Amino acid sequence: MAFDIVQFLESIVKLEMFDYLSKVWAGDVPSWLINGVSDIAGVLIICTFNLLIVLFLIWFERKIIARIQDRIGPNRVGGRYGLLQPVADAMKLMTKEDLTPAGADKIAFNLAPLIVVVAALMMWAVIPFAPGVSGTNLNVGVFYILAISSVSVVALILAGWGSNNKYALLGAFRSVAQLVSYEVPMIMALLIPIILAGTMSTQGIVIQQSIWYVFVVPLSALIFFISALAELGRTPFDLLEAESEIVAGYHIEYSGMKFAMFFLAEFIGTLFMAALFTTIYLGGWRGPGAVQYPILGLFYFSLKMFFVYFLFVWIRGTLPRVRIDQLLNLNWKFLVPLVLALILVVALVSKTMEGAEEWKTAAVLLLSNLILGLLALDFIRRYARQQRSESEEVVEVEETIDTQTVTTAAH
Amino acid sequence: MTITIQQVVFIIISAITLISAWIVVTDRNLFHAAIALMASFAGVAGLYILLDAGFLAASQLLVYIGAISILIIFAIMMTRRLMQTTESPYNSQWRWGILGALLAFILLAVLIFQTWPADTFAGPAIVSPATLRGSVTDLGEALVSVDQFVLPFEVASVLLLAALVGAIVIARPEDSQ
Amino acid sequence: MLIEWQFILIFAAIAVVFPGVPILIARFIRPSKPNPIKQQTYECGIETVGASWIQFKVQYYIFALIFVVFDLEAVFLFPIAAALNQLAFFAVFEVILFVLILAVGLAYAWRSDALEWF
Repeated sequence: MAFDIVQFLESIVKLEMFDYLSKVWAGDVPSWLINGVSDIAGVLIICTFNLLIVLFLIWFERKIIARIQDRIGPNRVGGRYGLLQPVADAMKLMTKEDLTPAGADKIAFNLAPLIVVVAALMMWAVIPFAPGVSGTNLNVGVFYILAISSVSVVALILAGWGSNNKYALLGAFRSVAQLVSYEVPMIMALLIPIILAGTMSTQGIVIQQSIWYVFVVPLSALIFFISALAELGRTPFDLLEAESEIVAGYHIEYSGMKFAMFFLAEFIGTLFMAALFTTIYLGGWRGPGAVQYPILGLFYFSLKMFFVYFLFVWIRGTLPRVRIDQLLNLNWKFLVPLVLALILVVALVSKTMEGAEEWKTAAVLLLSNLILGLLALDFIRRYARQQRSESEEVVEVEETIDTQTVTTAAH
Repeated sequence: MTITIQQVVFIIISAITLISAWIVVTDRNLFHAAIALMASFAGVAGLYILLDAGFLAASQLLVYIGAISILIIFAIMMTRRLMQTTESPYNSQWRWGILGALLAFILLAVLIFQTWPADTFAGPAIVSPATLRGSVTDLGEALVSVDQFVLPFEVASVLLLAALVGAIVIARPEDSQ
Repeated sequence: MLIEWQFILIFAAIAVVFPGVPILIARFIRPSKPNPIKQQTYECGIETVGASWIQFKVQYYIFALIFVVFDLEAVFLFPIAAALNQLAFFAVFEVILFVLILAVGLAYAWRSDALEWF
């Protein structure tokens, strides 16, 4: 087949460029080479997109947080809006000296930043960007994502131990405790869209969402959102990175490009959680006209993804930090029982309403979610009231002790 | 004999698994041994992928590398000072050890070749398409259907409960009120 | 189905190279003046006292352990959840039993103060 520019442009709109090119060169080149080259091209596109978008995201985040905090943010580098600020940051980090502390374990110290970045990048392989377009369509897509994100936890211990520093190790342990605890509600919350969609494949979940799941099981979306925030180590759960706390935690001893790797992995991970949230709860690439013109699907997906990322940044600028014991209590005593109850309720309702019309099932599920959410809020209110009365008792006891000491001192 | 890409990948992944397993057993530095253990877990996950068991590979990564490796590292740190290297892993009976390993290898080889004769591996695998399809749905169905694996499934939950309670009893801080 | 994992393999091979490239570039650009004072480990600006090991709180181990148990529970629940539409109604009761048994474990951990962060 000859190369035709009009058909090529059409294939771009349909996002089938590789299929078209492989048809053009079908006779000359063996098919495994075409598959291999298109795979490599797909990987390079995803990796480069991630690295470039992080530059934009750093600027985006700093500007928005600055505005929330009633200041301007970067406005010197690259014009009035400071658009080249992240480039300056990257160049600064690249030219800093790479200090390895004495006695550090070379293997662990150098391996840790690589593992975090590789894990953050590899999760993107199964995200559906448009109908029919994703790195690969694994039939266990969601499970694969969870597996890779739990591999990145191990890198933290390597970083903390490899630094030969008490504070790094302590920070690494606390980080691991936090990450490992919040993986439980995240994994369980992802079970619910899988029950609704009947498949673990990410592309399959998007295809099944004729009604976006955030409107069908909002409680599951909320639980996933909270645990994603904690998994990423972002405010209000960023106790371990706060400079005033454990002195920067597990990456104290890192400088230069290796430190930049941890930073990079956090931004890529945040964008990925936004992408995952839109895929599973906000209908991914779904929108009017997305099936005929897949490039519109890509556009809708990007829009939703950046909106969720904006939510992450908004929350970071607004909420204060929680203490580590509050963090872990919130997880094990509230989120995990709630998500277990939610799984049982959704499984029961979904099985009872099998065969009913779709909007009826969605309505009943929404109702059950709201009831469960209100019950959970009631529990929180009762718990808060109990805590307040306990602390008031303590204040009363202290006051009586004070008056007693005053009277004894007077004698 | 032509070598397919699949075979090359298999050789590479097996080499990674075996070499890291060797390092686990022989390295004096316990922490390096733990890192090598994680590498061998990853190699096993790769082998599961080659056997077309994607779900099992992902659960290997999730459970072994994501959870059990952390437990092992915590256990190492609880019981040893960090930078201390241990005694030599070789003991004086290594000649008898090699003899025992060789006998075990011969025994296993005989058993395997008795059950599946050598010409099974000559041609392409003769597996029925239904088994090859191996979808996760079938696995889920097998776990809950009454004439398949529902009893081991429920007993597994009791086993996990026992493990949880037992570990809490052993590891609980002694000064709890 | 194996062909779908080929992308993951290529991705792993290339993604390992990706962070290595900036680090290699930086190696040529950055200054390198090692100095024993610079290489001391950081302890809020003072000299380090004592060997680098800390009192390991058993709390960390308990959280990791509870995570292992719930991780395995999720591994069992995932294929069942994916297949729930095609299963008999009785399967839901089996799932409820499974989750309840493990919820008993969580309740025990709660009551015996294993979840407190001392």
